[in-house]
Amino acid sequence: MAKAPALTAGFELPLEPRLPRIGSVDQVAVEERAASLARRSIKRDAKVFALELAVRCMDLTTLEGADTPGKVAALATKGIRPDPSDPDVPSVAAICVYPNLVPTAVDRTRGTSVKVASVATAFPSGQSPTEIKVQETRAAVEFGADEIDMVIDRGAFLSGRYAKVYDEIVRVKDVCGDTHLKVILETGELGTYDNVRRASLLAVAGGADFIKTSTGKVSPAATLPVTLVMLEAIRDVYEETGRMVGMKAAGGIRSAKQAWQQFVLVNETLGPDWLTPELFRLGASSLLNDVLMQLRKEKTGRYQSLDYFTID
Amino acid sequence: MAELDRKSDRAPVPAGWDYAPAPEARDVVSIQERYPLFIGGEWVEPRSGEWFATVDPASEEPLADVAFAGPEDVDVAVQAARTALADGWSDRSPAERAKYLFRIARILQERSREFAVLESLDGGKPIKESRDVDLPLAAAHFFYYAGWADKLEYAFPNRSPRPVGVAGQIIPWNFPLLMLAWKVAPALAAGNTVVLKPAETTPLSALLFCDVLRQAEVPPGVVNIVTGDGRTGAELVTHSGVDKIAFTGSTEVGKAIQRQLAGTGKRLTLELGGKAANIVFDDAALDQAVEGIINGIYFNQGHVCCAGSRLFVQESVYEDVLRKLKRRMGTLRVGDPLDKNTDVGAINSRQQLDKITELVRAGEEEGADVYQPPCRLPEKGYWFVPTVFTNVAQSYRIAQEEIFGPVLSMLTFRTPDEAIEKANNTPYGLSAGVWTEKGSRILWMAQRLRAGVIWANTYNRFDPASPFGGYKESGFGREGGRHGLEPYLDFE
Amino acid sequence: MSRLPVKKTYKLYVGGAFPRSESGRSYEAEGHNVARASRKDLRDAVKAARGAFGKWSTMTAYNRGQVLYRIAEMLEARVADLARVTGGAEEVDRTVDRWVWYAGWADKLPQVLGGANPVAAPYFNFTVPEPTGVVGILAPEQPALAGLVSRLAPAIVSGNTAVVIASEARPLAAIELSEALATADVPGGVVNVLTGYKRELAPWLAGHMDVNALDLSGADGEAAELEQLAAENVKRVVRGSVDGQSPWEIERFLEMKTVWHPIGV
Repeated sequence: MAKAPALTAGFELPLEPRLPRIGSVDQVAVEERAASLARRSIKRDAKVFALELAVRCMDLTTLEGADTPGKVAALATKGIRPDPSDPDVPSVAAICVYPNLVPTAVDRTRGTSVKVASVATAFPSGQSPTEIKVQETRAAVEFGADEIDMVIDRGAFLSGRYAKVYDEIVRVKDVCGDTHLKVILETGELGTYDNVRRASLLAVAGGADFIKTSTGKVSPAATLPVTLVMLEAIRDVYEETGRMVGMKAAGGIRSAKQAWQQFVLVNETLGPDWLTPELFRLGASSLLNDVLMQLRKEKTGRYQSLDYFTID
Repeated sequence: MAELDRKSDRAPVPAGWDYAPAPEARDVVSIQERYPLFIGGEWVEPRSGEWFATVDPASEEPLADVAFAGPEDVDVAVQAARTALADGWSDRSPAERAKYLFRIARILQERSREFAVLESLDGGKPIKESRDVDLPLAAAHFFYYAGWADKLEYAFPNRSPRPVGVAGQIIPWNFPLLMLAWKVAPALAAGNTVVLKPAETTPLSALLFCDVLRQAEVPPGVVNIVTGDGRTGAELVTHSGVDKIAFTGSTEVGKAIQRQLAGTGKRLTLELGGKAANIVFDDAALDQAVEGIINGIYFNQGHVCCAGSRLFVQESVYEDVLRKLKRRMGTLRVGDPLDKNTDVGAINSRQQLDKITELVRAGEEEGADVYQPPCRLPEKGYWFVPTVFTNVAQSYRIAQEEIFGPVLSMLTFRTPDEAIEKANNTPYGLSAGVWTEKGSRILWMAQRLRAGVIWANTYNRFDPASPFGGYKESGFGREGGRHGLEPYLDFE
Repeated sequence: MSRLPVKKTYKLYVGGAFPRSESGRSYEAEGHNVARASRKDLRDAVKAARGAFGKWSTMTAYNRGQVLYRIAEMLEARVADLARVTGGAEEVDRTVDRWVWYAGWADKLPQVLGGANPVAAPYFNFTVPEPTGVVGILAPEQPALAGLVSRLAPAIVSGNTAVVIASEARPLAAIELSEALATADVPGGVVNVLTGYKRELAPWLAGHMDVNALDLSGADGEAAELEQLAAENVKRVVRGSVDGQSPWEIERFLEMKTVWHPIGV
């Protein structure tokens, strides 16, 4: 699994001297730019490429209190072979589950290219003591997770305790070791695009391999303007330090069209080299079937019905 | 530069993700082989006996033959407008006039795709712009002014407004239908009748508009369309039966018109050229400012009188802005105007392309550095790659003269005072842009910039409710808003 | 043999739908059984109006103008129906034109009623008119349609939402109007129309703490009592023309907001 290299000097805290460079974001302009990119017309083989990419970049997710080994086993099977009737459809990038379900997920994906991502750090609220969050992360890693999706402490962020937010990320990253870390900003709670940009840069400074929009439990989640703001922050880091941090859009992405609109943003903000599961992921559950339906429509010329696709 | 360990994917990432061609269907509009003049509610053969062709600038293919209105034709059109004025339009109740304009607005909305495709074919602008900007604004313009037709006493309290009479209107080729809307809507709302001359290279949307007039059942002679060239315009300007002239076009021609009308008592408004300063401060939201710079000069291929063609960047952020700008220019898609993904379309005519080329060459000769992103242009048609000049001195031709193309000149400044000085240091005064997150500075700059339209943290925004027009040699008179009615009214 | 027509059931118009009164009551008017709204229906109507205010008031003025114009489009198609329950075709024509007239005001109000103020200090100062909120309207008894529209259109064109108590003796025009509203892209809750006994409903409307303005153009003797009730939350009490049109009718339902910002480098 790809791993971001060590931080270069100048990106650590304290952030105060760096604040003038963090910059602000104009809401109207960023929403207009995102809307304009969303109107790109993607057809035929460009569309098929995007649909297959959507599968390859997907973190197929179940994060419910009611999850059981049976549910996760079924999800893993779906993720490994999304469309049994079409062997050309690739596997998803990863299965994303709660820590207790990691052993089942690891077991069912063994020998395949599908990774196991685990949420941790008192997901989704993040409102627990740091020690607990670190321990939970360690447990998920020991269960065999390839990737950890942590949440930032929004309470600390919104009350200005940025150092606390930063420290937690550093400590979680530390126990991750080689395990790849995604940091969830929960953009729907941050209130402004300025805050999304600040949180993005803070997470990157703390050592994130990926920054992620949302837990999927709060709306709005991965809107196009939010993705754009995060991609621009990633671009700034890349230009200043050469470090490539990935981005995961999660929450509210239910249709194939929304998925490829996200890809257009990546393509035109960072470039086609970033259109790979190493650097971009979509966190979703019902999205997969919509993508499969669209793929089959491209291949057969007919609009599809859900009756012909398994739920899992 | 850090390296990444890459896992091998099943399918390799392509060198670029080429969005497949996404052409808008051309058959939504049907173009006639030939278009006579539209006078007195009828299609009328030109007494001049002359015709000219209009071409698609993206392919150089001829689209249709269009009648040429000579002096006799212009005379017939003006007579028709005078007759309609006396006999049916002026004495229709204002509420009824309003309803005709509301009908026109609604019909334009219903037929918007048809008009958008025609506009892109005839003029070269991307379908994305004609569909999302030109058409909605044109319909909105008619809707806005429809509402004023029976409310003039509230717009001008205690002044007893009356129509001026017959308005002669001459419009440019950069926003053909939208400019028609900007002229016709307030004129009709104020109770006037109109003789309108579309630009020589873009007559088709005005001619299709005549079908909207028919569907809306607008009385004959209220709007007359006389196609032709500069000679037709000159006839209209000097015709004694015309009470008021509205001209949008180059400053050079505007001055000629003003000279011709001197001493005649004929009312005049002019909307002329510009060389707008787009000013970026170090505390601007930079990525959005770059979007604004791009929009300011590459929207509509830079064929915009209010284009932000002089970029002033505060020296402390010059490198950042230039780097972001160059990268962003590289994502601009230049090509077939009818492709939905095209960002920059064709240059309107061979003539305009030659002018742009000449000025760009002058820029290089005078010593500025030129940057153009790699771009593959089609073989046929008129095209120019989006261009930015750096190391530009205020005195260079590219910083003084209006290029009217996708060419940006970039200069620096250190303090707000210096920015104001340089921005105002031009005979033009149409528009300006200011990019800063500091509210008080926006207002301070707006107070001092000598320009009729000031965009703060945005650019090229238009609305029928918002007055538009210039200071100094960019013209006089305003279009849009309550102020846009004034040129079309007489007061006690 | 002549065909037996299907008789229309006249219900309330609340939240974009046509419910019966929760009380199950009706009364006879103009030869039909008409729903007799209760205070609970009124309570629900105010709730719907408040719920709709956020979206209606923040729509662009252009959008609102188009919605009002579409009301005229839908009414034009129903001129024959409406003529039967009003003073005749002339009143209906006048009403359609009145909607068109008010539609044209939506995107012009700040230009006539607001503006920049030249204060004697380095500040940019401007006044913008804003809708007040939920407007309660006692519709005039006469003319049944034109009177209602003369009060309703100026209230909603600027972004207010409305709860209307229709003419008690002639309620059918109000419901026919509501049917046109329902097909004219008017968001549910922007206009709510209650039919019933005015003396029963008016005090509840006048005293409701979540109603911002009260139009008493259609009030008879009980006006003083209603004004007393309105004072409890300082409602703007309005009386206007029962069959006229003017931007000053719109102004009565507006709040003027003035903003200051320094001008400095």
